[in-house]
Amino acid sequence: MAGLGQAAPMPHDHSDHPHALLPSEPALRVKALETILVRKGLIDPAALDEIIDTYQNKIGPQNGARVVARAWSDPVFKAALLADADTVLAELGYYGRQGEHMVVVENTPEQHNMVVCTLCSCYPWPLLGIPPGWYKSDAYRARAVRAPRAVLAEFGVTLPAETSVRVWDSTAEVRYLVLPMRPAGTDAMEEEDLLALVSRDSMIGTALAALPAAALPPTTAPPTTNGAQT
Amino acid sequence: MSRLHDMGGRFGDGPVVPDAAAAPVFETDWHARALALTLACGALGQWNIDVWRHARERLSPKDYSRFSYYEKWTSALEDRLVDTGVLTREDLLGNRLGQGGDDLHVLASRALRADAVAAPLGKGGPASRDSDIAPHFVVGDAVRTRHPGGSALVDGGHTRLPDYAVGARGRIMLHHGAHVLPDSRAHGLGEAPEPLYAVAFKASQLWTHPEHPGDEVVLDLWQSYLQPDPNPEPDPNVEASA
Repeated sequence: MAGLGQAAPMPHDHSDHPHALLPSEPALRVKALETILVRKGLIDPAALDEIIDTYQNKIGPQNGARVVARAWSDPVFKAALLADADTVLAELGYYGRQGEHMVVVENTPEQHNMVVCTLCSCYPWPLLGIPPGWYKSDAYRARAVRAPRAVLAEFGVTLPAETSVRVWDSTAEVRYLVLPMRPAGTDAMEEEDLLALVSRDSMIGTALAALPAAALPPTTAPPTTNGAQT
Repeated sequence: MSRLHDMGGRFGDGPVVPDAAAAPVFETDWHARALALTLACGALGQWNIDVWRHARERLSPKDYSRFSYYEKWTSALEDRLVDTGVLTREDLLGNRLGQGGDDLHVLASRALRADAVAAPLGKGGPASRDSDIAPHFVVGDAVRTRHPGGSALVDGGHTRLPDYAVGARGRIMLHHGAHVLPDSRAHGLGEAPEPLYAVAFKASQLWTHPEHPGDEVVLDLWQSYLQPDPNPEPDPNVEASA
């Protein structure tokens, strides 16, 4: 790749950090590091492709949505999930890196839950995949613990004053998943149809579950079958 | 007292900007590549997750604030690879000059292969351990976090007690069992597992101007971060009608 030997100007005048040795332009820099590691046999480029495919296409919020829809539909499952998430999720195959110790917290009219990692970017990968940019942003990390209601407003969510907010700062290897409230008007819906109402953000706690199409003003648009792919 | 990564409660960052509903998992190709490279290098077994977190925290304040998220990852990865001797500074410089060597690395047999990717991602790395340290607290106990904060083991070292919760009064909400103590493992001082608790703090305990007095923040904190609170506020769960 052209440019590997033509680094952008170095921002460090006298740093001794090894990371100052590669090109500063991020895409070139990652490519340069990959090239070095491949030459030495330390990295298999096909393994990188496989990791990316895993988190782009196989593991994502569709997993968490399935757990939520099932909990909404099956009270026994829900009780077990809230009491011992690790056992229940392992049975479903939703175990793995960054999801070794799971706790599911339930939203109620009295209590809204919201998850953050102020120190880095801890997030329940097996259930939600790779965290979105805003979850890793300084603004979210800094403000979710001090001003959760202001942050919620930035997501378009306004809670009643009588609903308490509980923010979970993921400071250990325990990962938290929010079980959002089942929307009104969905009593007749099957588990498969409920999936589309469970957004990624509703399981982080920065959104509520979506209202069903039947509860919205009439529209000619066809119903979505699965809104959890992104 | 702390480092830039410890930003909970900080002022001045502006609003959170949610992503579009159809935003891709990775904003650009190199983000995906940086993540995959990090995980694949992790599989070489030269560091643990606590060392890895501390490597990101140790970026200079200047770099930490100017680097984007995956630039922090890439920089910390380069630093780790050189610090552990997997690569040399000359390896990095040599490649920059277009002179990389092709000799196979002594760790090459450990390289993660494409057909073996699912195993480490699926297996994860549980932090729970057996521990000889008995739990000092039960759910509902009033506790106070250590003051001053920071690592008790290494000056300026890794800890998971955020500054905003230093010296704060809260209540034990969950007992997670014993977990590896990051303050120790991040510095090669052993796993030192001890009881880990979810501790709930009222917003008024943490902030001078809380948004809402009934709100709470819950943190997962190790037993050595905590001491009994001899003069607790009334437990809202016990005297809810006060």
